[in-house]
Amino acid sequence: MEKLFKTVSFMSATLVMILLASIFISLFNSAKPAIEEFGFGFIAGKEWGVEVPIENPVSTVVATTAEKKVEVKPAENDNSLESMLGGGNDDIPMRTIFGGFIPIVGTLLSTLIAMAFALPIAMGIAVFLAEIAPKQISNVVGIAIELLAAIPSIIFGMWGLFYFAPIVQSFVGGYQVSLLTAGLVLGVMILPFMAAITRDSMRTTPDVLKESAYALGATKFEVIKDIIFPYSKAGIIGSVILALGRALGETMAVAFLIGSVFSLPSSINSPTVSIPVAMANSFGEATGMKTSALFYLAFLLFIISFAVISIAKFYFLRKDK
Amino acid sequence: MPIMSIEDFSFTYASAPARSLSNINLPIQKNCITSLIGPSGCGKSTLLRSLNRMHDLYPNNEYEGKLMLLNQENNEMENILDIKRENEFIELRQRVGMIFQKPTPFPMSIFDNVAYGLRISGIKNKTELKDRVEDALKGSALFGEVSDRMNKSAMGLSGGQQQRLCIARAVALKPELLLFDEPTSALDPISTAAIEELIVELKKDISIAIVTHNMQQASRISDYTAFMYLGDLVEYGETEQIFLNPREKKTEDYITGRFG
Repeated sequence: MEKLFKTVSFMSATLVMILLASIFISLFNSAKPAIEEFGFGFIAGKEWGVEVPIENPVSTVVATTAEKKVEVKPAENDNSLESMLGGGNDDIPMRTIFGGFIPIVGTLLSTLIAMAFALPIAMGIAVFLAEIAPKQISNVVGIAIELLAAIPSIIFGMWGLFYFAPIVQSFVGGYQVSLLTAGLVLGVMILPFMAAITRDSMRTTPDVLKESAYALGATKFEVIKDIIFPYSKAGIIGSVILALGRALGETMAVAFLIGSVFSLPSSINSPTVSIPVAMANSFGEATGMKTSALFYLAFLLFIISFAVISIAKFYFLRKDK
Repeated sequence: MPIMSIEDFSFTYASAPARSLSNINLPIQKNCITSLIGPSGCGKSTLLRSLNRMHDLYPNNEYEGKLMLLNQENNEMENILDIKRENEFIELRQRVGMIFQKPTPFPMSIFDNVAYGLRISGIKNKTELKDRVEDALKGSALFGEVSDRMNKSAMGLSGGQQQRLCIARAVALKPELLLFDEPTSALDPISTAAIEELIVELKKDISIAIVTHNMQQASRISDYTAFMYLGDLVEYGETEQIFLNPREKKTEDYITGRFG
């Protein structure tokens, strides 16, 4: 029995590692053609699904000679019509290039806006609920916060698009679907998470610790700042990490609001695209290299999430020691 | 001469149906150690926590009577139950410090722990801070043990050291009265002896009230002893008299271990 219990718990823990490794490997494998084709340049590439002539000099020469050979007068009209329609010239070999710069920037910026908006408000809510509000009010607001956290993201997306975005637009102008509205709605979504977890970890501060600060003549503000925040730091960082993870990967709500345009946002209120939205919108009709490029994006999102979370964890928890 | 005089004092907790303390009359003598003893639930900690208005941190608790505290400047007694404004509370708690049952080091360095009360009271001068922190640590017999790791976290100290750190933190503010709420109940005998020695040392400058469930401790260190039972003060007198020659039957039963 003892041994069985040990084995089962060991296997459950191993499963996590296996899952993590297998997701990493399968993403990498599917992204491999794109990684080989575009290399690290993919990260800085601003073109997505654009056809360009193959730059390889040998094939270009072959192509031009082939063109010359076939060239006959009646065909000229067809050729010009084709090029006017924007179709690739059959005779010049083309390739489609993909670059992830725009969705990467869109993902990072929308997450940044969401955190900048949600973090101070979530801390304010948590402090109010844990320390300032009378018990009855704290309980009611607490339940409301937990309900808010339970709303599916698609509802946030619809509400954001039809009600929230017009309000934002009326204040800052620009487009209704934009980096800013997507970031703000993302912020509204992660806010209840952060507030609820931060409140819970603040409540773990022992009363006697707070009392000893009050007994030295500390004010409520000083107790919150000097005792409760440092004491519940690990829990607060945990809530921020969870929120970061959710913001980076959120698809549905952002898909409603970010505009899904493959262009760099010229300002905070112009539309762009994020990694999860690009994937959700394109996987349906993607084939070949496009699929692989999308997997490359997915792989990058995986790396970004992993990096952001490890940095957050190492940077803040190291200071404890 | 009393530094504090408790007069017809009663106390009711917010959620309690009845008074937890009723009609207590008790002096706390200046530069003496007064110990409060009694079985669990007799109200001794409740009384102690009233003396710096700790109960005001939680809503709807009710005080009755008077708690007169000596104002050292004009030698007049002032009722601390009249206090309403936050800055008056801060001043009261700087004058009447408190040490708790468990050591409560703050999550910061040893130096910052002792400097905390001084900093929030508005002392910014670095040399003054350093001097007062060192004085407080020396006065709490801790300086020798921590002088080489003042910037290390206070969490790394042993339980006894942490409790002496808390005493240093309170002493740094130069309080007039220091309240100890079972300060050694979480400590081993050697640390307990060190704390007791320290408390006796401190009474030269500070008046002390201590709640203890350890009767030997009360008889060892205190000058006056008050025995409480079920929210009433049963007997108060010089420690020797209480332990050797109690007037009340209940006191005798308790100190001889017949109940408690």
